Amino acid sequence: MFVLPGVIALVLVAGLFRKVPLFECFQEGVREGVRSLFSIAPSLVGLVVAVTMLQASGFFDLLSGWLSPVCSAVGIPPEVLPLGLMRPVTGSGSYAMLHSLLETYGADSFIGKAASVMAGSTETTFYAITVYYGAVGLKNTRHTLPAALLADFTGMLLACWTVRLFS
Amino acid sequence: MGKILNILWFSMLILSVVCAVCTGRMEELSAAAAGGADQAVRLLLSMAGVMCLWTGLLKIAERSGATAVIARLLSPLLSVLMPDYEKGSEAMQAVSANITANILGLGNAATPLGVKAMKELQKNNLLRTSPNNSMVMFVVINTASVQIIPSTLAAIRQAAGSSHPFGVLPYIWMTSAVTLFVGVVLAKLFSLRR
Repeated sequence: MFVLPGVIALVLVAGLFRKVPLFECFQEGVREGVRSLFSIAPSLVGLVVAVTMLQASGFFDLLSGWLSPVCSAVGIPPEVLPLGLMRPVTGSGSYAMLHSLLETYGADSFIGKAASVMAGSTETTFYAITVYYGAVGLKNTRHTLPAALLADFTGMLLACWTVRLFS
Repeated sequence: MGKILNILWFSMLILSVVCAVCTGRMEELSAAAAGGADQAVRLLLSMAGVMCLWTGLLKIAERSGATAVIARLLSPLLSVLMPDYEKGSEAMQAVSANITANILGLGNAATPLGVKAMKELQKNNLLRTSPNNSMVMFVVINTASVQIIPSTLAAIRQAAGSSHPFGVLPYIWMTSAVTLFVGVVLAKLFSLRR
């Protein structure tokens, strides 16, 4: 509850202290925000459509039905598993999936919180690997993928465990 | 990457059609196709406010010297994790600039800085055709999220009507700290095996 006002106050006081032109700077940042919003718009439209269609087709219900024994054994709600699988592959796709989960189950429900933590605590692993190694023309990535994916998997489990434990 | 997304998007759409045929939800599916596009635009609009608030505040933080402070804190830690490069070298400066941008959530700046860092790292890469252990470590750190304020996520939660869009931050910090730690330890362990 205090995070937002606290950060705002901290940033503004630090800026004032450092004699930063506060409002001009803020506007410049907002301009960048608008630009990045526009840049994710095309993929977000495509992927929200795909996720909404999958949801309506009943695919996720079937999938969570099949997966629920495995998922409940490790403490992941089966509903959020598709998000966990999507997260390392596409950022926009996982935001689309998260949005659909939040709309269906409520942003402040257990599923909503676990999904939020899952989406917020890992990165688009495949994208980072492709872009960074691609930039220097390296095809062999050695142990990058196993280390990164095992870490992502840990994140998936922990996202659910921490929310269950502390809320 | 484009290829993966191509396949993924195609399979999601086809799968939804096939599934809807089997479950007899064709009508819902056509409503969802039109509704999904509509929802996407609504989502973008309802995210816009919070996102812009953050990018605006971040700009002030960045200009106030947050970047320099974080980079100074990081540099000793990074030189332990990436021992193939000298502290303060061109490569390590680029690495810490990239990770700082990630921590602050400057997504647009982080990727070009990361690419620059990889190019600097590759210059002194004795293995030439495959990444050295420090390069692997750098990429693994980049695949774990080290962002302090995940603003897009908070914006999506706000758009979905959460009463505390930022309420999940402590869980996210805990989870991503442990995840990062696991990634770093695994990268180190796997590198020792070779």
